[in-house]
Amino acid sequence: MKFADEFRDRDLARALGARIAADAGDRHWKIMEVCGGHTHTIFKYGIEDLLPSNVELVHGPGCPVCVIPMGRLDDGIALAHEPSVIFTCFGDLLRVPGSTGSLLDARAAGADVRMVYSPLDALTIARQNPDRKVVFYAIGFETTAPSTALTLMRAKAEGIRNFFVFCNHVTIVPPMKAILDSPGLQLDGFLGPGHVSTVVGIRPYQFVTTTYAKPVVVVGFEPLDILQGVHMIITQIREGRCEVENQYKRVVHDDGNPKALEVLGRVFKLRSHFEWRGLGFISQSALELQDEFAEHDAEKVFSVPGLRVADPKACQCGEVLKGVLKPWECKVFGTACTPETPIGTCMVSSEGACAAYYSFGRYSRARERERVLASGEPANGRVRAGEHETGVRPVPVRER
Amino acid sequence: MTETGIPPGSGAAIRAASARTADPEQRVLERIEEIRKRRPALREDSITMSHGAGGKASHTLTTALFAAILSNPALDELGDHATLMLPGVDGMGIAITTDSFVVSPLFFPGGDIGELAINGTINDLAVGGATPLGIAAAFILEEGLDVALLRRVVESMRRAADRAGVHVVTGDTKVVPRGKVDQLFITTTGVGTLVVPRRVGMHRIVPGDIVVLSGAIGDHGATVMLARGDVDLEADNLRSDTMALHGMTSALLTGGVDVHFMRDATRGGVATVLNEIAQAAGVAVAIDEDALPIHDEVRGVAEILGIDPLYIANEGKLVALVGRDDGARALEIMRSCAVGTEAAVIGEVIAEPEGMVFMRTGFGGTRVVDMLIGDPLPRIC
Repeated sequence: MKFADEFRDRDLARALGARIAADAGDRHWKIMEVCGGHTHTIFKYGIEDLLPSNVELVHGPGCPVCVIPMGRLDDGIALAHEPSVIFTCFGDLLRVPGSTGSLLDARAAGADVRMVYSPLDALTIARQNPDRKVVFYAIGFETTAPSTALTLMRAKAEGIRNFFVFCNHVTIVPPMKAILDSPGLQLDGFLGPGHVSTVVGIRPYQFVTTTYAKPVVVVGFEPLDILQGVHMIITQIREGRCEVENQYKRVVHDDGNPKALEVLGRVFKLRSHFEWRGLGFISQSALELQDEFAEHDAEKVFSVPGLRVADPKACQCGEVLKGVLKPWECKVFGTACTPETPIGTCMVSSEGACAAYYSFGRYSRARERERVLASGEPANGRVRAGEHETGVRPVPVRER
Repeated sequence: MTETGIPPGSGAAIRAASARTADPEQRVLERIEEIRKRRPALREDSITMSHGAGGKASHTLTTALFAAILSNPALDELGDHATLMLPGVDGMGIAITTDSFVVSPLFFPGGDIGELAINGTINDLAVGGATPLGIAAAFILEEGLDVALLRRVVESMRRAADRAGVHVVTGDTKVVPRGKVDQLFITTTGVGTLVVPRRVGMHRIVPGDIVVLSGAIGDHGATVMLARGDVDLEADNLRSDTMALHGMTSALLTGGVDVHFMRDATRGGVATVLNEIAQAAGVAVAIDEDALPIHDEVRGVAEILGIDPLYIANEGKLVALVGRDDGARALEIMRSCAVGTEAAVIGEVIAEPEGMVFMRTGFGGTRVVDMLIGDPLPRIC
């Protein structure tokens, strides 16, 4: 696949891994990737295998599904059960457990819950079903908020009055601050979120370097991006620098995307406070609709329960989101809480640290054995995978 | 029971697993592996779409409900087909399999529901080493269905059956009120003959076996996903791979290859088949990402939607496990068949750790390939 495979090159990865190992020296390094997209890439490509054991990646809070508290999920499920509502959301959210089941359960119980790939799909459903009320459950950081904003602007312009947004958009800087302020967490630096930065630019992270004296490198989502980001942080510290650097220059401009920021400002305003799973209430950390869009605001049009629900007692998602606990250190990890029967959000989304670790990384005794196997000479006369050219990728086949 | 007499998944087994190592992370992982060996319990109160997606939930529904209630020796093997013995006849058994088809849309690039129904049934027989004898087909039709459309579907079934050299020998029709089914559902049952004791099956899988895949993966699932129109993507060259595989399976079985096991990788994709192998045979499977044949269109669709081609459904691909020295020969035979020109050796069976599937990533790392959980859902950012 053009423009992607170049960033997944095995030889470059090995070389970069070796350089990281050389430069990291003997000390222990702890680097947090803020974004769930990075967590997913790290596990999907087995990046930790390429890092020396003294360079540790800590998985941060930037998974949009993971930070939604249970109460907001219950609100969504209540909306889905409202008469004549078509409830729409991204697929990740469907399996997240509320206090009495998930949206999938709500659907099985008769609610009209539909998965969409974009808020514009939800608007199309509203256009096609003028006698129904279509609610879009909006989640995500500054990455996805502009598309919700544009959809709302279009709904308003077209006079589509049966389209509503239940807004759960959040912003990236407040949780980073909360993590930096939390006691007991020793981090050397941050891999900054690439997609969020396409919108907000790299300047909002300046406070991390000035107030907290930790370097930040905004990185992309291909595996080589992440390795390079790790190397850039180590290099900064070795050279005595502490800056916000941009590794993802091919996509992220230092000033972000002024047009998207303008759209965000037109449609959204900061909420006075918002509850984050595991992090509690954080002031000015989330977005709500401007009054101009009140007729599309599900929180104003419907009676949303708005109850605060405590997270399940056994669940330690909050500690995992803050990077204080590793997924496997949670009391219920892999036993009571699995991707199939999740207790907490981190086990649901493919960007959640627990789900990624459980699905992709759940081995270590295997790792050694597997390595032996991978490096061993093939047995006599035996064919090893990959030794035969497959060379078949672009051929359209169909023989009858 | 294990050699120590401790039942897998029991409290004692979990404690024993935890005690094997001092490393705390390792202890947690050992405990989890023990728990995963437990017989799955069906915890849901109602059926959700994931029970039909071919992954973990489907597996749980099958074992914890259907197989638990209907249990008998032929069913308990949970193979692609069951083997029945004729009283007084030695060395020959009857293979029987059944499958329902509810695909939407009914017609998609590269095939339709009728062709799918015939090929799917043939394949379920063929991968177990059976020779298809005949097919029964039952139709559930929605009130108001266009007869011309039904005719097209049945004519397509006829063509597929002719190609495979079998007949649809009996059938049934039901009509239900508008809205009670989506246009047309088909259930097919295939019957075939089989040499017993069986030459291929889970019982023959051993460490060292070579894993061969008969061609590029994900074509069918990706095609239907796009044809449904839920996602606004176009891929002109994408076609369903619906094909009957009995020619290739018989070429393998008669071509001097020591075939240990075969299965067609339908719902749940290749990842699900490999996990079933690892769990049922008590082995591990290691595959190479770089060796997986995947068409560019499928890689593109999967990349955009955030799903893994290993979990996307195929309708004309099989995974074969062959003896450690027979990989090259198996590959040669498969590639000489029209339905296997893109076959590839993708990995091997290893002894430990039991029940797990690994992938050596193209990037140089390794990771676990688990069973599909839920419906394949797109990532959002």
